[in-house]
Amino acid sequence: MLLENNLLNFLLVMLQELGLTAILIVLLFAKLMEGEKTSPMLYPLVMVLLLGHVLISFDGNTTGMLFSGMYVNTPLIGMEKGILGLGTLLICLQAGTWLKNHKHSTEFIMLLIATLMGMDYLLSAGNLLMFYLALELSTIPLAALCNFDLEKRRSSESAMKLILSSAFSSGILLFGISMLYGATGSLNFIEISRSFMGTEMEMLALIFIFSGFAFKIAVVPFHFWTADVYEGAPIPVTAFLSVISKGAMIFALTTMLYKVFGAYAAMWYNILFVASAITMTLGNLFAMRQMNIKRFLAFSSITQAGYLLLGLSGASAEGATSVVYFMLVYIFSNLGAFGVLALVSAATGKEEIHDFKGFYKNNPVLSWVFALSLFSLAGIPPTAGFFGKLFLITAGASRFNMPFLVIAALNMVISLFYYLKVVRAMLVEQQDEPLPTIAVPFYARIALVVCVAGVLLTGFFGQIYEYIHTLSLGF
Amino acid sequence: MHEIPINHILFLSTALFFIGVYGFLSRKNMITMLMAVELILNAVNINFVAFNKYLFPGKLDGLFFTIFIIAIAAAEAAVAIAIIINLYRSHKSIDVDEVNDMKY
Repeated sequence: MLLENNLLNFLLVMLQELGLTAILIVLLFAKLMEGEKTSPMLYPLVMVLLLGHVLISFDGNTTGMLFSGMYVNTPLIGMEKGILGLGTLLICLQAGTWLKNHKHSTEFIMLLIATLMGMDYLLSAGNLLMFYLALELSTIPLAALCNFDLEKRRSSESAMKLILSSAFSSGILLFGISMLYGATGSLNFIEISRSFMGTEMEMLALIFIFSGFAFKIAVVPFHFWTADVYEGAPIPVTAFLSVISKGAMIFALTTMLYKVFGAYAAMWYNILFVASAITMTLGNLFAMRQMNIKRFLAFSSITQAGYLLLGLSGASAEGATSVVYFMLVYIFSNLGAFGVLALVSAATGKEEIHDFKGFYKNNPVLSWVFALSLFSLAGIPPTAGFFGKLFLITAGASRFNMPFLVIAALNMVISLFYYLKVVRAMLVEQQDEPLPTIAVPFYARIALVVCVAGVLLTGFFGQIYEYIHTLSLGF
Repeated sequence: MHEIPINHILFLSTALFFIGVYGFLSRKNMITMLMAVELILNAVNINFVAFNKYLFPGKLDGLFFTIFIIAIAAAEAAVAIAIIINLYRSHKSIDVDEVNDMKY
């Protein structure tokens, strides 16, 4: 009887990861069985399974610990996993057009889901060993994904840059972890946080670990790989890198700073202050001069990382809530933009800003979707992006550090300039041969509708913020 | 017989770590950069083993961590080398200075 209870508990607590494993096994068998051509039923089947994974994530997550504290699940963590799963589902839907002509579409979805599983374990890690393994599970397949346009020179260049910089940053992170182990004698998060003694070695460990994270989130001065990797990778992978990968790392950073390094809050507040202020400013300055939309969105995502760090610096339940809420909004707005870009690029291969001049003439609906997403990224009021940024700033304001808030507010104004530049190219400017009317396939249409609905509605339903807030109170 | 003090071992591992960082930032050949990352990981391994042996001999946390790092490093190198081989096919070079199609 006891054994049965244990088994049931195990299944319930780890439901999300086990579900993803099941999807992976289905895909693996489908790959083994398939002959010359992938079955047309496979793609819808996987989408439905992924949707099921997202739905179980938002409803009644079991709190629990497994493997003597190595794996921890709480409702907030379950919610974060659900948000990442939702983003992955939207990206899979958008990738349909591009995947149809690709020889290895099954492998693409497999690698994507393996990465998502690594991120789920990363969020649930309660032990540094588990944390490291999950981190690698979520970065190594990503490098392979970047190389998925096998014949394109830029794709392999971007994969090379991603794997080398992520290996390097994992090395730095690991050096910090080894110091943390030396200083406290434990790998368990709770035991570590209890046995801090204020030595220099612990502070050094914090700095090394933060640098490792900064690489992965693309915080200035560790952002050099970002633009090249984003530009060279296939568009669905770029979307994944800029939204899901960044989100998972920022959630993991929240756990690391709040739970493990809670005793050093005063110190990491200063680190976050400097890193965030530089990141916002430099990201903005670089974004202004970009001509390629993928590079432009890369620098815009660097800027958004700066705002996220501002919210994180609140060191409270509000801080955690605002970060989770902003990520939800950011997924909708960024994937809206990437969805349109993916359609245009798959149909015509054009990715420069000047190609989009007169886009409204033949594609009025798509250009409104794109414009709405950019408004939300810029934080213009009726869209959800405004509320996301408002909550981030409110959380960051809890310390009354006025220069920090002024820098953030100024940067939001500056960022309007380049977001509106793209909107102006689409809606106002004209060119002789604008892009032709682009067909929107069924799956991509679902994804875009979800994104637009998310951008418009998330901000008005205060219950969403309240719900995340009740989950994060126990954090 | 005297035991080697832990300071000496930590000096070795720290030196190895920074040699690795220097190598990663200064070398232009991708395989050499991968080797530099390997140096960093081995510095971490030395750290873990030394801390485990000198400071916390009762538990095996550090040793286990080392085994996992070695395994993951092998996986990482496998993917990295596959990517580099694919890149060599299109660029006919594994020098990072010659692989710069993208510039702002």
